[in-house]
Amino acid sequence: MSDTHAESVAFVRETAIPPAAPPSTAIGPVKWVRDNLFPTWANALLTIAAIYLIWLLLSSTLPWILGGIWNTNSLAACREILDGRSAACFSVLTDRWHQLLYGFKYPSELYWRPNLALLMLFLAAAPVLFFDLPRKLLIFTGLYPFIAYWLIWGGTILTPLLALAGFVVGYFVYARFVKSSFAKGFFGGIAAALIIWFIGGALIPEDASSSAMLEAIPSRDLGGFMLNLMLGVTCVSLSLPIGIALALGRQSNMPLIKGISVVFIEFIRGVPLITLLFVASVMLAYFFPPESTVDLFLRVVIMITMFASAYIAEVIRGGLAALPKGQYEAADSLGLDYAQAIRLIILPQALKISIPGIVNIAVGLFKDTTLVSVISLFDIVGMIRGPILASTDWNGVYWELFMFASILFFVVCYGISQYSQWLERRLATDHR
Amino acid sequence: MTTLTDPPKESFRLSMLLNDTRYRSLTLQAIAALLLALAIAYLGNNLIQNLRAAGLNISYDFLGNPSNYDINQTLIDYSSRSSHLRAAVVGILNTLLVAFLACLTATIFGVIAGVLRLSPNWLVRKLMAVYVEIFRNIPVLIWIIIIFTLMTASMPAPSAFRGDDPASTMLLGAFAFTNRGVYIPAPVWGAGSLVVLGVFVLSVIGAFIYRRYATKLLYDTGRLLPMLWPSLAILLLPSILVYFILGSPIGLEYPELRGFNFGGGIKIGAPLIALWFALSIYTGAFIAENVRAGILSVSKGQTEAAAALGLRPGRIMNLVVLPQALRVIIPPLISQYLNITKNSSLAIAVGYADVTATLGGITLNQTGRAIECVLLLMLFYLTISLLISAFMNVYNNATKLKER
Repeated sequence: MSDTHAESVAFVRETAIPPAAPPSTAIGPVKWVRDNLFPTWANALLTIAAIYLIWLLLSSTLPWILGGIWNTNSLAACREILDGRSAACFSVLTDRWHQLLYGFKYPSELYWRPNLALLMLFLAAAPVLFFDLPRKLLIFTGLYPFIAYWLIWGGTILTPLLALAGFVVGYFVYARFVKSSFAKGFFGGIAAALIIWFIGGALIPEDASSSAMLEAIPSRDLGGFMLNLMLGVTCVSLSLPIGIALALGRQSNMPLIKGISVVFIEFIRGVPLITLLFVASVMLAYFFPPESTVDLFLRVVIMITMFASAYIAEVIRGGLAALPKGQYEAADSLGLDYAQAIRLIILPQALKISIPGIVNIAVGLFKDTTLVSVISLFDIVGMIRGPILASTDWNGVYWELFMFASILFFVVCYGISQYSQWLERRLATDHR
Repeated sequence: MTTLTDPPKESFRLSMLLNDTRYRSLTLQAIAALLLALAIAYLGNNLIQNLRAAGLNISYDFLGNPSNYDINQTLIDYSSRSSHLRAAVVGILNTLLVAFLACLTATIFGVIAGVLRLSPNWLVRKLMAVYVEIFRNIPVLIWIIIIFTLMTASMPAPSAFRGDDPASTMLLGAFAFTNRGVYIPAPVWGAGSLVVLGVFVLSVIGAFIYRRYATKLLYDTGRLLPMLWPSLAILLLPSILVYFILGSPIGLEYPELRGFNFGGGIKIGAPLIALWFALSIYTGAFIAENVRAGILSVSKGQTEAAAALGLRPGRIMNLVVLPQALRVIIPPLISQYLNITKNSSLAIAVGYADVTATLGGITLNQTGRAIECVLLLMLFYLTISLLISAFMNVYNNATKLKER
């Protein structure tokens, strides 16, 4: 064989060529740029257009932002320093910092109270948001609404204590009776709580607020970004149970219950939030007893909660519909009654499916809390458009203020949506 | 001899109302009906008492009274002597106008951004992601106010266009961008303009017929007629011909400075532009995500199968990917349209006279008829949204996958 080999081929390499590095255009940053920025002519043009756009944006805004003035106390003083130069007067933020965050009426020596409440909100929300944390922390979450209410509004501690006592007694009655029948436990618990509140309400002395440990703050003094956060957190957490009830009601085969739920959901979803806020500001007062005075904050909370619960109901209905029919049938064949099947089989799975949707609703609702500025509540947008821009010191500073408000909302909403994506990825593991 | 006896007749016991599944749902519904009736009676009673205390009644007579306020942007004739009803109609038309315009542009923004988010170009992809995230996560009210401020604070006043050496000039001599709004040329309908319009409508119909014929021919025989150029020609040529034969019956009236302001032309007020643009870019960011999800939902195998059949990329997009993606895109798109219509009620923040600002704002404040105004307002929005969802149901039923 070797001689044929020698005759037919002039030269055979005996050793392998040492591996050469790939050409510089096929690896590393050059290849990345070629593949991702300039793969075709059209794409190259698009890239250049995009770079031009970015340059345009940055070159016009960066000097304005970086040259900003932070330490004057009026627009006139700021303009004097700038001396015709175009740059931002961020000093409006430092000057009106507290107004932007807390409104203009909340007593400044009491700012520690909402601050503490916000800090505790993170602690309270943590075990709900992250399942890995010890479940014992949920006790604090349960206590949080009462603590936060007391911190922000002040007044006598008896009110939140009484509310808490009602819930605790209601829970114990529920736990005692739920073994024999869910309905007995459920309605018994509600009845017990109502009795406690009724008796306790009569026992709290009228003047308890005047000698309270924390000074009482009326709701009309709340404002700024604090108001947005409070409305968002309160309304979302209140609307969850109502939304679940509405979703179950809409799936029910009792025509009356179903009818009520459908009419409520479709009506609320059909009108814009702003008309519901009009209802809160000009119309709802007509429906309360003549002698009662329900303040605007509470009326707004009622309407926004109704609004959010209708949307959450639809999301949860989607989750219920996405469950395979076999789950319902399996629960039935195990002999579970309706309440048990819903509580133990259906809802845990349906809620898990609908978490991303619920988070979307929560983000949307939080953004929509700015609408209360239209009915003259001084949330952050209301503060900017009202007291700050109307003041002689800062009349004419738009961009700095709106940029600040935008950044606040962006940080919160983007944070929530990133959390939702993380949750979706985490929950996705046990579906496959 | 065994006799089968009937099962013992159960006597009806009260506890069966709660424990027997035959009666339980009836019991629960009766309780619900009772609670509902009680709630309605309680609220109604409060309402009657409060109205009596305030010396009011429910009546819609105020709709016929003169409104006594002016509206700066109207589509129909309106003056401060017109009735409140007419003010409400002006508001409704303004709502529909801004909703229609915003739906149109939001779709354009959304489709462009959604497609570009899937582009192979890294920079463009990231840029569009930034656009979507920024606009989705900041409240639309803030966007409306920002753009309104941008219009009013940074555009030149009409007086800047005056003088021999004006500070600003009109674009192409026809468009004036001022802080009060944008002035554009208005069409002047001369004699014979109806004929031109009629010819144009006919040629639109003609273009549709041609396209249907071409599609049918393609499906029946496989013969492919050119689509784009013939349909463009059918669309434009006859109208242009008729236009010049009749001696240019449709003219343009250019806006020009008269005194302190522009006269002539069409004025698009700054509030309308702010609302329109803000709603478009805000909702466009949401639509972009819908479009992206729709395109991604078409499995890659479809594209590959079409390519294996020898279709060119353009035809793969048109004939295979888009029809399937549209089925996913259209339902959320329509609910975004609904959102635009509802969000247009934020017009009240910048002073655009939509129905919320006329009926729910000035009319309500002038007449004090809070209940009637808010109810009418809700009725209007409810009608719109029910119409849109009815349309959506029809569409969904028409396009859903036909399964056996």
